[in-house]
Amino acid sequence: MEFKPQIVAFLCKWCSYTGADLAGTSRMQYKSNVRAIRVMCSGRIEPTFVLRAFQKGADGVLICGCHPGDCHYQEGNYRCLRRFLLLQKYIKQMGIESERLKLEWISASEGKQYAELINSFTETIKSLGPCTIKETMSVLT
Amino acid sequence: MKTITIDPITRLEGHGKIEIFLDEEGEVSNAYFQVPELRGFEKFCEGRPVEELPAIVAKICGVCPGCHHMASGKAVDAVFGVEPPPTAKKLRELFYMAHFVHSHTAHFYALAAPDFVVGPDAPASKRNILGVIEVVGKEVGTEVIKQRRIAQEIQALLGGHQTFVVMNIPGGVRKGLTEMERDDIVEKAKGFVDFANFSLKIFNDVVLGNKKYVDLILNGPYSMKLHSMGVVDADNKVNFYDGKVRVVDTEGKELYKYSPPEYLDYVAEHVEPWSYLKFPFLKKIGWKGLIDGQNSGLYHATPLSRLNAADGMATPLAQKEYERMYATLGGKPVHATLAMHWARLIELLYSAERCLELATDPDITGKELRAALGPIPGEGIGIVEAQRGTLTHHYWTDDRGLVTKVNIIVGTTNNNGAICMSIKKAAQGLIKKGVDVTDGILNMIEMAFRAYDPCFSCATHSLPGQMSMVLEIRDANGNLLKRVIRN
Amino acid sequence: MEGSKPKLKLAVYWASACGGCCVSVLDVHEKLFDVVAAADLVFWPIALDIKYKDVEEMPDGHIDVTLFNGAVRNSENEHMAKLLRKKSKILVAYGSCAHLGGIPGLANFSTKEDLLRRVFEETESVINPEKTRPVPEYKVPEGTLNIPVFYNDVRSLAQTVDVDYFLPGCPPQTERLLEVFMAIVSGAELPPKGSVVGADTKAQCDECIRKKTENKKIKKFYRPWEVEDDGVTCFLEQGVLCMGPATRAGCGYRCIKGNAPCRGCYGPAAGVTDPGAKMMSTIANIVDEKEPEEIKKVLEDVVDPAGFFYRFSLPVSIIRRNMS
Repeated sequence: MEFKPQIVAFLCKWCSYTGADLAGTSRMQYKSNVRAIRVMCSGRIEPTFVLRAFQKGADGVLICGCHPGDCHYQEGNYRCLRRFLLLQKYIKQMGIESERLKLEWISASEGKQYAELINSFTETIKSLGPCTIKETMSVLT
Repeated sequence: MKTITIDPITRLEGHGKIEIFLDEEGEVSNAYFQVPELRGFEKFCEGRPVEELPAIVAKICGVCPGCHHMASGKAVDAVFGVEPPPTAKKLRELFYMAHFVHSHTAHFYALAAPDFVVGPDAPASKRNILGVIEVVGKEVGTEVIKQRRIAQEIQALLGGHQTFVVMNIPGGVRKGLTEMERDDIVEKAKGFVDFANFSLKIFNDVVLGNKKYVDLILNGPYSMKLHSMGVVDADNKVNFYDGKVRVVDTEGKELYKYSPPEYLDYVAEHVEPWSYLKFPFLKKIGWKGLIDGQNSGLYHATPLSRLNAADGMATPLAQKEYERMYATLGGKPVHATLAMHWARLIELLYSAERCLELATDPDITGKELRAALGPIPGEGIGIVEAQRGTLTHHYWTDDRGLVTKVNIIVGTTNNNGAICMSIKKAAQGLIKKGVDVTDGILNMIEMAFRAYDPCFSCATHSLPGQMSMVLEIRDANGNLLKRVIRN
Repeated sequence: MEGSKPKLKLAVYWASACGGCCVSVLDVHEKLFDVVAAADLVFWPIALDIKYKDVEEMPDGHIDVTLFNGAVRNSENEHMAKLLRKKSKILVAYGSCAHLGGIPGLANFSTKEDLLRRVFEETESVINPEKTRPVPEYKVPEGTLNIPVFYNDVRSLAQTVDVDYFLPGCPPQTERLLEVFMAIVSGAELPPKGSVVGADTKAQCDECIRKKTENKKIKKFYRPWEVEDDGVTCFLEQGVLCMGPATRAGCGYRCIKGNAPCRGCYGPAAGVTDPGAKMMSTIANIVDEKEPEEIKKVLEDVVDPAGFFYRFSLPVSIIRRNMS
């Protein structure tokens, strides 16, 4: 059976979620493997969200926020960036490929960029294969 | 074929079981001592920053964490290619002497004493410190607890955490000593010396004064002729913190004396499929199986081994006791396993005297606590004497000081082969055709193990007599919530 | 007064443990007399000659309180966890190993195969050309010898059986144990099942006496030996990693008293799912850089993220084991 990647995308309301909406209303074609979760700001995204997404079966996690300097709450996206970089180090140490976690800035007007991001990220995950954390969780002996 | 299983072994630290096989005659055909536990420090320390290891390896044992912390601290210094300044070394040794006082005290009174003072085959309900207190008096019990508490307090003062000490950092220690703290320790150390003398007196009166026990020590099924290992200083006197490792043969002649970086040329480990614990042996002799005697590759590393391997004790009162023990037991070396208890008390006295020596040393309140660090050579070995035997930590790191490999040979592990044989010998000596195998007999087999392992046991069950007592329950602010009064 | 109230039947058992939790019980020192007046110890291998068969013969629920310490590493640990669950009214996960997996939990960085190979075949002092490994069942001329099965994963107690309370710490600070013990003995109303007892709800930083400001901005992280610790300033503010902000208070900041930074043995503060993830947030927040390359440079000095954030809690973390 062909592997269908499951991707969770955390999108901030002010920029990236609006950008994703724009891709939709503009009827752009992009892969349908993504579950979008809207947060008020990318600074709201804590490492626990990302780890739980992997635990619940995500093969890849995407984080999108406003471009640097444009954050609706001033500094939120910088916090997000720093957490993301530390998270990548951590998951790599645990044997999860760091490519499974991606951060990209998407503004409210960047519908096309969002669609392209989804398509390329889905391909990346497809080539990496399924993330095995769920199986590892259940193998306790 | 009948099997008798003792599971778990009790009144010691750690997991163990004994499997005794009887033949058709009811005699013991073999007895196996098995260790069912393993955690794998030699694997999961990989990848950790090496300066974290003294704190991590302390968790190998909650009874002698200071030992692992010290061996580890020395290995880490070697990884950095430095020696700590004199004050730091003395602070470490001062901590270490308090650590020995607390451990040897608790072991003798709570672990050894029940089997000796109450009686080797006394009923199980009496075989604990309360039975001991009935013989030697309640004041002694309170005094033992008090001295142990004081030793723990000194450890907390020097090392922060009173159990899992954190004092070591690459090149030295994290905390110094003020004059006031030092004066306090001096008083406490004097108390330790008195207490150690007192403990030896108890041993003398209650154990050595009893012909039955002396007979058990000298003629019971507990003796094992093996080579002895212990760390000695430059004068070949016993030292727990630093020195070279000396091995003497079954006749007491020096076989080897090696410095820590050479240990791999002298000690190797064997694996059996029926135990998770490895079997160290002397490499130059080779693994000859579980046999004793001059040709065996096995050795033991215990308080008795240390005294056998050394030429004497470095402090005066302990030295007098050392001479007295060997005179009483017929010269060096002594192979009577139960004499380990006596040797342990002599070491208690040495630790107390050495604690006092270090506390009164002018360097101990010095301000230079850490050596300067440079590039990281990346390999280091640290050896100390743990209460249970020679302890070796060997680390390799990359140039950032992240651990790539770890090898550890633990104190008790040295004695694995010896313990297996001691248990088998005791079983064969005590279980004979026609003998009813009672709980007391099984305990006497366990005694063969207990002599090697200075671990904790404690006062439990109810105290004899109707002690008047006030129980106060307070909240987090110290306000009295409830008071319960008896008698 | 004597005999008016039945004594509490207390058991203390160690699984994959080091003995430190048993020592913490002993460290009641002179208060021991209060403890033995209120409780009968019915099973405690370090101290009493009660064997496994004696526990098996006890009626279910016979033991009032069991303090179970140590992680679940092998089949014997699992068997005893289930046995003691049956025989105990209240089962307490006592200490970091039972609560979070503890230091033995670091073995989840490897597999069983890698660990056994290193220990029994590869260590530099081992001579084992036949590659002998300990096995659960082995036939000797006289009969069969058994040892427990070594599992691939380390688990906490709550990942194995139903647990009533958690008493954190490596080991728990004895004063906290006494408070909990006295509360049980006095018949006080116990907190809801599943609570953490014997510890504060707030973080270490609340207890810690080191001087702290609100100005934590880090341009560089230092290994502890790279700084001259002034003994007074917050470790994080000196650039030294410390788990204080994400660790529950209750230990009396004992490591800080020894001038060493906290490593998180008391586990997470109240209401936290993953212990290390919260600390990752904290560390990321205090990094004072905006450009990705500059941030990466600062984070280079967090040399062992998983081992630092999850020193005591790897088995109960979300990812919980290395997957490569």
